[in-house]
Amino acid sequence: MTDVAAQSSNVGSATPDTMAWDSRARRMVMIYLPLACFIVILLFPFYWMAITSFKPNAELLNYKEHNPFWITSPTLVHIKHLLFETDYPHWLKTTMVVAIASTFLSLFASTLAAYAIERLRFRGSAYVGLGIYLAYLVPPSILFIPLATVIVQFGLFDSPMALILVYPTFLVPFCTWLLIGYFKSIPYELEECALVDGATRLQILRRITLPLAVPGLISAGIFSFTLSWNEFIYALAFIQSGANKTVPVAIVTELITGDVYQWGALMAGSLLGSLPVALFYSLFVDYYVSSLTGAVKE
Amino acid sequence: MSVTTVPARTYALRQPNWLARVFDYKPFLIVVCLAPAVGLLAVFLTYPLGLGIWLAFTDTTIGRSGVYVGLENFQYLLSDPLWWGAVFYSIVYTAVATFGKFALGFWLALLLNNHFPFKSLIRAIVLLPWIVPTVLSALAFWWIYDPQFSIISYLLVDVLHWRTTNVDFLGSPWPARFSLIVANIWRGIPFVAISLLAGLQTISPSLYEAAMLDGATAWQRFRYITFPMMMPILAIVMTFSIIFTFTDFQLVYAITRGGPVNSTHLLATLAFQRGIAGGELGEGAAIAVSMIPFLVFATLFSYFGLARRKWQQGEAND
Repeated sequence: MTDVAAQSSNVGSATPDTMAWDSRARRMVMIYLPLACFIVILLFPFYWMAITSFKPNAELLNYKEHNPFWITSPTLVHIKHLLFETDYPHWLKTTMVVAIASTFLSLFASTLAAYAIERLRFRGSAYVGLGIYLAYLVPPSILFIPLATVIVQFGLFDSPMALILVYPTFLVPFCTWLLIGYFKSIPYELEECALVDGATRLQILRRITLPLAVPGLISAGIFSFTLSWNEFIYALAFIQSGANKTVPVAIVTELITGDVYQWGALMAGSLLGSLPVALFYSLFVDYYVSSLTGAVKE
Repeated sequence: MSVTTVPARTYALRQPNWLARVFDYKPFLIVVCLAPAVGLLAVFLTYPLGLGIWLAFTDTTIGRSGVYVGLENFQYLLSDPLWWGAVFYSIVYTAVATFGKFALGFWLALLLNNHFPFKSLIRAIVLLPWIVPTVLSALAFWWIYDPQFSIISYLLVDVLHWRTTNVDFLGSPWPARFSLIVANIWRGIPFVAISLLAGLQTISPSLYEAAMLDGATAWQRFRYITFPMMMPILAIVMTFSIIFTFTDFQLVYAITRGGPVNSTHLLATLAFQRGIAGGELGEGAAIAVSMIPFLVFATLFSYFGLARRKWQQGEAND
């Protein structure tokens, strides 16, 4: 924990008392004020999203008589419309199934790959690792058109299965890279002991390496879940029928109808679509931060 | 301890069947372990990448496999003002948004690197824009940019009385372009800030102490210690940021769909409009392929540009 400001205030405390007050005021202006601005700006769209989804239409479109920043008579009418008059529950279910299935598929594939690259050390393992890493640099925007034809060839067009199989293309590189880092931190001596005791490689992976890599697996898992939940371009290109769409795509393509936008319903849909990841996030904040920073430092 | 290991050993000795032996044969095990990952990536990443480059040289449409037409698609693109417009906006979008994200993100990282109450809570809140699905926060921005009921217009007109008319955010080309860039910066700040914060925390405090003993000012400490020490991580984060900003799709698709009058098309949204919505797969693939040179150039520039400076700095200091 580097702390420049704390050190400079320590230096300042050696000088007369007036300086101490000065440094506190300075700290206020230099740190707390900009920080508060950042937080207000970063959070405002969410506040606006939330408050819009509970406003009745009359209040929503009349700023003269109602203060737009607050709700005088909150209503659940938009959420009711969403849950009972649209396919929203179905979209939520599809998204959930796709996110969970592709997360498990990529965790399975990348655990084995990371173990092979980091622990079974073979000639060229570094190149395989580099190749998988480079796969992460290929953006989906370049791939979605040819992938659409591949999906059609496989007869998977318009099926959630297509998304489950395609999402690992951006999840596996990330997870593999993260898990290689975690496996590196597990002492190799533990595995050598087990080898001497006559354990097979797979027993070692299952009984020793994996239990020790659980934090890494959780990080990779929640990251994959979030990324698959948020994915947009593949889901937009590969799914045609309204019922099979994922939440982000369905809100943009199915809820926007005509020229008059149903802002209340749109914002309620966005809020409900964001809540699962936000909840998930609040449970595992530390894993998110460590995996984000771990992957960057690697 | 010995009680637990003994049954394990007898278990291993009692079952030397062929299956266990095959799975303990290292080359076989390596192949089995790599197969799922490499298989998935080969089928759904490498093959489509090659196929995409092939499609760009054909006149394929949806439902009809095309024939090789050489460089015709690219020649057409070069004479297409819409493609040039998309190239122009993609470059402006990437340059301005990356600059904004890194300036503000670095600032936020420096702020978060101080001690203050509720630090971990604030760090958690800061990451929210990055966690939430981009399309959904883009819709919130679309609503914030509404021509009639924009909350920003309300603030400027009715509360602060700085303007007399509502701001037309998405109705004309340049305001729409900048509105999208602002939304992209908003979404990108958390990732940059948290990654750079991790980098800041690895810098040894003793460097700052030594500099302070030598009488360095705050600016000098930032310029000659923080900045050079951050170069390697800046290079990596910037490479990622440039790649994913240049190929951005969601924000533009959700907020403007390329409008007004096609002024906010990025290459990715143009490729989608021509390739999937319009059915001209060959032309869409050509637009997607035309992103590759820009990406390679941007990656090499940001990676080697920054990494080399770090190397020079290291050389000079040693």
